[in-house]
Amino acid sequence: MSTTYLEAIREGLWEEMERDPNVFCIGEDIGEYGGAFKVTAGLLARFGTRRVVDTPISEAAIVGAAIGAGLMGLRPVAEMQFADFISCGFDQIVNFAAKCRYRWSAGVPIVIRAPSGGGIHGGPFHSQNPEMWFVRTPGLKVVCPATAYDAKGLIKSAIRDNDPVLFFEHKGLYRRIKEDLPTEDYTVPIGKAKVVREGRDLSIITYGAMVWTALEAAETLAAEGCSAEVVDLRTLLPLDRETICASVRKTSKALLLHEDTRTGGMAGELAATITENVFEYLDGPIVRVTAPDTPVPYSPPLEEAFLPNAEKVVEKALWLHRY
Amino acid sequence: MSAAEATAAKIHSAAPATGTPEAELAHKCLYYMLLMREVEDRVERKLYRQGKVVGGVYVGRGQEAIPVGSALVAQADDVLFPSHRDMAVFFVRGVSARRVLAQYMGRVGGLTRGRDGNMHMGDMSAGVVSIISALAATVPVAAGAALAMRYKGINGVAFSYFGDGATSRGDWHEGVNFASVQKLPVVFICNNNQYAYSTPLNLQMACANVADRGPAYNMPAEIVDGNDVLAVYEATVRAAAYARAGSGPYLLECKTFRMTGHSAHDMAQYVPKGLFEEWGKLDPIVRLEKRMIEQPWATQGEIDEVHAAIAREVDDAVAWAEQSPFPDAATLLDDVYENV
Repeated sequence: MSTTYLEAIREGLWEEMERDPNVFCIGEDIGEYGGAFKVTAGLLARFGTRRVVDTPISEAAIVGAAIGAGLMGLRPVAEMQFADFISCGFDQIVNFAAKCRYRWSAGVPIVIRAPSGGGIHGGPFHSQNPEMWFVRTPGLKVVCPATAYDAKGLIKSAIRDNDPVLFFEHKGLYRRIKEDLPTEDYTVPIGKAKVVREGRDLSIITYGAMVWTALEAAETLAAEGCSAEVVDLRTLLPLDRETICASVRKTSKALLLHEDTRTGGMAGELAATITENVFEYLDGPIVRVTAPDTPVPYSPPLEEAFLPNAEKVVEKALWLHRY
Repeated sequence: MSAAEATAAKIHSAAPATGTPEAELAHKCLYYMLLMREVEDRVERKLYRQGKVVGGVYVGRGQEAIPVGSALVAQADDVLFPSHRDMAVFFVRGVSARRVLAQYMGRVGGLTRGRDGNMHMGDMSAGVVSIISALAATVPVAAGAALAMRYKGINGVAFSYFGDGATSRGDWHEGVNFASVQKLPVVFICNNNQYAYSTPLNLQMACANVADRGPAYNMPAEIVDGNDVLAVYEATVRAAAYARAGSGPYLLECKTFRMTGHSAHDMAQYVPKGLFEEWGKLDPIVRLEKRMIEQPWATQGEIDEVHAAIAREVDDAVAWAEQSPFPDAATLLDDVYENV
């Protein structure tokens, strides 16, 4: 039976809560209501209010309480109702959780789930991709799964990890994609990228929902005689530089794609990584396809113009291919 | 047992001349208050000025009764979240003066091995969680620790310390509200020293007392003489019993005065001069010693001996800290993660 991306996350939470009595969920409206997107639906009935904790509208308290519980040896999974609201818990994440181990050898084994991404007409405060606020904070891990398989395997790895993990789940994927998942327990390692389509002519390096955009573009490109490789980063921090560089060594051209805005986006770090490590393999300039440097607009024509899509990727990729 | 720890143990066991529990408690209070006063004095007036403490120095001179009177109530399983003016919490929880001084001096012997300075340190094995610089950030974290204790069936209490200024932060209100809604076992302990850096109380809050915030959270709140260590102790006994019984959090507002600037570089010229004199007369150590002699729980000679023993202990601790090596720069990248 096929499992959606959303169901995969729920299964991962459920199975980890069954496996380890120290795992619990905390967040707004996650209990009886099952969460704004219903990711936690059914957990309350199975695990009770002790392990599914509904909170006041207090992101700093949700993250702070998760940190306190994590320091005490529990494994909390905190839900931000929308990734956009994570800014309300920012200090707790970047100054408290991220720095405990380095400063005083205290592990903070927490997961913060954050439904992110646009394409649902959510407007400026329900559509953002705030991963880069955290990717430049040493001590955090940042995960952005693109598939149901990876979503389940990565949420499990995140829960079992002894450091704070931010889990950005793209809400545009929640019910859009599904696949058959293994029935047995499995995990996907944090910090490992994956080549999801092999190619010869150029590498499209991306993550999250844009993996599907890249794959769609790669199909079109194949028809145009351009063989594109697609690399799904899966984890942004720590970054799997080896897989990135191996792909560029193979194809000699890199197109960096993300839904997040341009300046200070992941593509900048990827470009620097490529030039530092495999500059001599490059046969063309590094190309970026990203959202522009604006808030995420609401009205459909504006949002469509904002979001990268396969057409934009194909156009840039063909230019790079001919370079 | 180190020499310094042996000194402390000797004082504890030898102290109660009259043998009553009250006398024993008073001797413990005196020891820890004096130890904090002496260590902070060395840090602020000697080591800092000698360039041996290179970063910020924030002391709790005049406020020692609050960490001492409260932390002595804590039980082994309890978890404490001291503020930057609560050094004595570390001593009460078994962290030596040696390690506190090494921490201040950026040495490997400090609790953060040179990764952080001053009171920015913790040790989960001692049940002490490190603050961060953003005040009140530990308040929701303390609520989470209390949640975890209840979750695990530990009948423990979280002791959450902060100053008056921290109660203006959103984190404070979110943490206190969450603890109240969940009826979590937290004792909130405010050291109201009347200044947040240079900002006086009347520019910090519109209510007269921090305790006035208690009813908004349906939380008992008590105003305590923060310069009377035994009063702090007794109030904390009430608060911890309430929290431990599962009744919810409890707020103690310990009124005191910051007898220094915000930090060692701050001359505090914004504080009306008379206030230092007025509060100086209420020094918690002087008051306890007077009471100990009146009771009588101690003779002047015994008290003098405690002073002398503290001086010896801190001499030893400074020497130990100065001999503790600086961290090797090769360790810079270690321990950002457990495994990466």
